[in-house]
Amino acid sequence: MKFTLGWLKTHLETDAGIDSIARALTDLGLEVEEVIDRAAALAPFTVGHVLEASRHPDADRLTVCIVDTGADRVQVVCGAPNARAGMKGVFAPAGVRIPGTGLDLKKSVIRGVESAGMLCSAREIGIGEDHEGIIELADDAPIGAPAAAVLGLDDPVIDVAITPNRGDCLGVHGIARDLAAAGVGALIPLAAEAVAGGFENPTGVAFDFTGETADACTLFAGRAIRGLKNGPSPDWLQQRLLSVGLRPISALVDITNFLTLDRARPLHVFDADKIAGDLTVRLARQGETLLALDGKAYELDPSMTVIADESGVLSLGGVIGGETTGCTGQSVNVFVEAAFFDPVRTAATGRKLNIESDARYRFERGVDPASTLPGIEAATRLIVELCGGEASEVTVTGAVPEVTATIRFEPRRVMALGGVDVAEEECRRILEALGAETSPMNGAIEVRVPSWRPDIEGEADLVEEVLRVYGYDRIPAVPFAKVGVLSKPVETPVPRRRRRAARALAANGMVEAVTYSFLAEAHARLFGGGDPRLRLANPISAELTDMRPTLLANLIVACGRNADRGSPDLALFEVGPAFADDTPDGQRAVAAGVRAGASGPRHWLAPARAVDVFDAKADALIALGAAGAPAASLQVTPGAPAWYHPGRSGAMRLGPKVVLAHFGEIHPRILRALDVKGPICGFEVFLDSIPPSRKRDGKARPALGASPFQAVERDFAFVINTDVGAEAVVRAAQSADKKLIAGVSVFDQYGGKELGAGKKSIAISVRLEPAEATLTEAEIEAVSAKVIAAVNKATGGVLRS
Amino acid sequence: MEDLDQLRNEFLAAVAGAEDLESLEKVRVSVFGRKGLITERMKGVGALAPEERKAAGVALNAVKQVLADAIDARKAAFEDSGLEVRLENERVDVTLPARPIGEGRIHPISQTMDELLAIFGEMGFTLAEGPDIEDDFHNFTALNIPEEHPARQMHDTFYLPGGPDGARKLLRTHTSPVQIRHMQKAPPPHRIVALGRTYRCDSDITHTPMFHQLEGLVVDGHTHMGHLKGCLIEFCRAYFEVDDVPVRFRPSFFPFTEPSAEVDIGCKRSGGRLKIGGGDDWLEILGCGMVHPKVLANCGIDAGKFQGFAFGLGVERIAMLKYGIPDTRTFFESDLRWLSHYGFAAGDVPSMTGGLAR
Repeated sequence: MKFTLGWLKTHLETDAGIDSIARALTDLGLEVEEVIDRAAALAPFTVGHVLEASRHPDADRLTVCIVDTGADRVQVVCGAPNARAGMKGVFAPAGVRIPGTGLDLKKSVIRGVESAGMLCSAREIGIGEDHEGIIELADDAPIGAPAAAVLGLDDPVIDVAITPNRGDCLGVHGIARDLAAAGVGALIPLAAEAVAGGFENPTGVAFDFTGETADACTLFAGRAIRGLKNGPSPDWLQQRLLSVGLRPISALVDITNFLTLDRARPLHVFDADKIAGDLTVRLARQGETLLALDGKAYELDPSMTVIADESGVLSLGGVIGGETTGCTGQSVNVFVEAAFFDPVRTAATGRKLNIESDARYRFERGVDPASTLPGIEAATRLIVELCGGEASEVTVTGAVPEVTATIRFEPRRVMALGGVDVAEEECRRILEALGAETSPMNGAIEVRVPSWRPDIEGEADLVEEVLRVYGYDRIPAVPFAKVGVLSKPVETPVPRRRRRAARALAANGMVEAVTYSFLAEAHARLFGGGDPRLRLANPISAELTDMRPTLLANLIVACGRNADRGSPDLALFEVGPAFADDTPDGQRAVAAGVRAGASGPRHWLAPARAVDVFDAKADALIALGAAGAPAASLQVTPGAPAWYHPGRSGAMRLGPKVVLAHFGEIHPRILRALDVKGPICGFEVFLDSIPPSRKRDGKARPALGASPFQAVERDFAFVINTDVGAEAVVRAAQSADKKLIAGVSVFDQYGGKELGAGKKSIAISVRLEPAEATLTEAEIEAVSAKVIAAVNKATGGVLRS
Repeated sequence: MEDLDQLRNEFLAAVAGAEDLESLEKVRVSVFGRKGLITERMKGVGALAPEERKAAGVALNAVKQVLADAIDARKAAFEDSGLEVRLENERVDVTLPARPIGEGRIHPISQTMDELLAIFGEMGFTLAEGPDIEDDFHNFTALNIPEEHPARQMHDTFYLPGGPDGARKLLRTHTSPVQIRHMQKAPPPHRIVALGRTYRCDSDITHTPMFHQLEGLVVDGHTHMGHLKGCLIEFCRAYFEVDDVPVRFRPSFFPFTEPSAEVDIGCKRSGGRLKIGGGDDWLEILGCGMVHPKVLANCGIDAGKFQGFAFGLGVERIAMLKYGIPDTRTFFESDLRWLSHYGFAAGDVPSMTGGLAR
């Protein structure tokens, strides 16, 4: 909402300067976004009088002018065709920066003639586009006076952000009222005298609503004005509109625009000669259309409030007028409308038809219904004053609706809720200054909320009104005490797992990314997604349509983008949500990561290799470990969802049902579909599937039980069928003697032909830790035999000879 | 005994003159060998009269010891210099790069969220969670944002088709629905923060369709706006690590709080750089207010007995301000160069006692 200081002062009697007004506005909750002080920018430019003008001796197009600047007489070489003796222009002395060019003006010699300044065009001083000639000021402009004042630009523009609850401040008068309440000045009441009607209004107005839809329009005032002339509006009005960025059109249009901005009162003026018969205010009928003032045709439906005549719809109530009855320069007889339209319907209509208008903006934020009749009088006064003509009597249909409440208010609530003690007297003063009526009511105040504040609904709203006028800065800050002396952990288990997994993966050399929760439908389908329930109804682009079924797709695409930028080898991870359906339970907390290209940079010591499934497996284990999964109980089974390499992928499980992770190389077909070069391996860890840790003994760990006796390592190589997993051999060996065997590790795998078709060899190292005495050779032999037997029983493996 | 002295001097000279281990060994053999001079002399001592024998033995042993020490010392010297020669030959170029270690990074959003948790955890808040896919009730209606209210249009909402029951689903436009879910689940008092992804169908230089918010909620019998100011001033100072950062509360409007405020921090802009604290400029960083009585009522809480405050802020925004990140869109581009530059080391875990940011 823009207005000028001068405009404000037509509603507020004040000596306050622009800075203190701006501060007060922000303190009141009318946030000042910008103060545009054009006078300050134009301060060095003054009125200059051209005393003499002669042709430049060496250039036909240049004029040598002697300019009286008030302080001095200076010679200026000017290139404008309209430079001539006797005129007054905008003079810029040397040393000034010219806003239109951004250049500093210097004393110079132009083709042998000295020039000590400049006479400026509108474009040069940044107030317009005109560069055909220099600005010509009025003959009576005082020589040496600031040009801004003479140009009418010395009125600073204030731009405030009005929150959606403050429809009353979408007019300058409402803003002035707030400022007056805050002590910045005295509110000047709006002129109230009515214009007497000279004849009966010839256009009848009727409501056509049912009981249910009667609130669509509850009040409609209209009157005719005949015999007027709709020319351009006077300077003062044009200036007002121009100063806030509106283009003057004609007196009638300018008057309605002015009143909309001045007092937040939308109005509409019909060309009465184009209205056929009487008016009906009703809901639109299915199939009706309106050619609106913005030149577009709109299809209406029965949720929309319209003003119609016998020929059909003329205008959309509270939203936009129609082209056919719009005022033109030829209009002689008009019909002026001021009404109160239902905010909700007006908002819905505007949104459905995608019409942004000043009227809609105000009606949906709450127009003061009590301003309807004063509004039509103000409009009439201005029309008759500026366009002439004779006004009819006002026809009022409906009545001013009751839109605001009467609230019981206890001043002590200001302290209880607001934390600052404001005396009852001051509370009443503030509320009354804002237009409320207050009266004592056994220990409390009865507050009658003014008709322009439908946003004030309860006691808490009144507390806010008192506080914002009294000043938020006067609320003392109170230390916010803890509940106990020490704080408890802030996180619940799943967020803690997310954070720990992220830190562990980063410590393992992976770089965390945060990617969008949505992706292209085609990408979703590649990863088991594409459920229509997870497709956005209004995506911002075709690339971001579906809620992601996995984190991998975005990470793989990110790998591709980085490869295009010259970083093909990288390790990215993300911790975030994946979506199986649109319910809260369908959202899973996932840690996922990918490694692409080579395992590391080319290096003189450590030759790089292609990333593979075992990189992904290690990453998955790190994330699981950090998240607190029971590592010892994890089982790895071959195979993972279809986006993984079928032979180089696996799942980590707790029992047959609970899958904690998938890992593997990404299927080449997926990479091709995503247009990303491989190899890429990846993993997904399902953090909320990890069971909570059991705290049998609190935080205490079991006793260490380190043995003082020599530990022994024995190696075995077993020949097994290729479809048997190494993990089965390890588990079998481990189970051979749980007391003695402290660890089993795989140190080699071999698949030579001599083993026979379908066979491979797995070499393990078994570590024996005796607890009671050093092992004898016989005891070691006995354990070895048990290991061999156990592996053979579990896997069919035999010792390789 | 003179010849003994002479003998000693001769042999010491020979030890000193030995050029390598081999010639030293020859010297040793010539003294201590089976036919060595000292060995011979020792045999001779046995032939002396008992009274002379003792003195001669002592003298001879002394010489023997001296010579043995000299040979050992010379031998150690030869061995040392041999080691040195070998080590000299093992010299490498230590300016060559070390074995590569993958350098991981934590995203600035995660880091900032950890910082926020560290601060609010210290103030006794706990983390509450809610789903990203919400419904109208939790995201709007319960928060006193009626249908067709301009405030609802302010939230450019992403919608999903919803189920067969016709209930439309949406992507939460703020983290405030977590407040509602939390208050519905348990009776007051409440002191929670919610952190997470939020969505608005908006995309330009300062907006991305997804961003992150922090939400705070306190509900009890007595907390008022003075506490709200105390809490948030403390937060601003802790987060920006500027003890005297000016904090300003301005009246504003949110449908779910009454009274409502926006919070600005003081800053200074010069030379294209932004400095938090001091200066004469203000930067808006969060919105807050006292929980609207209707919101409490919508969650079944008696607004006559309970009250409290709520606040919300944009995680990207405060990360950008603190760490000088210029463009919000870059957070989600997964550009390795950006992540490496603005990201954080895994070990830089923020805590109030250990320090927030390095």
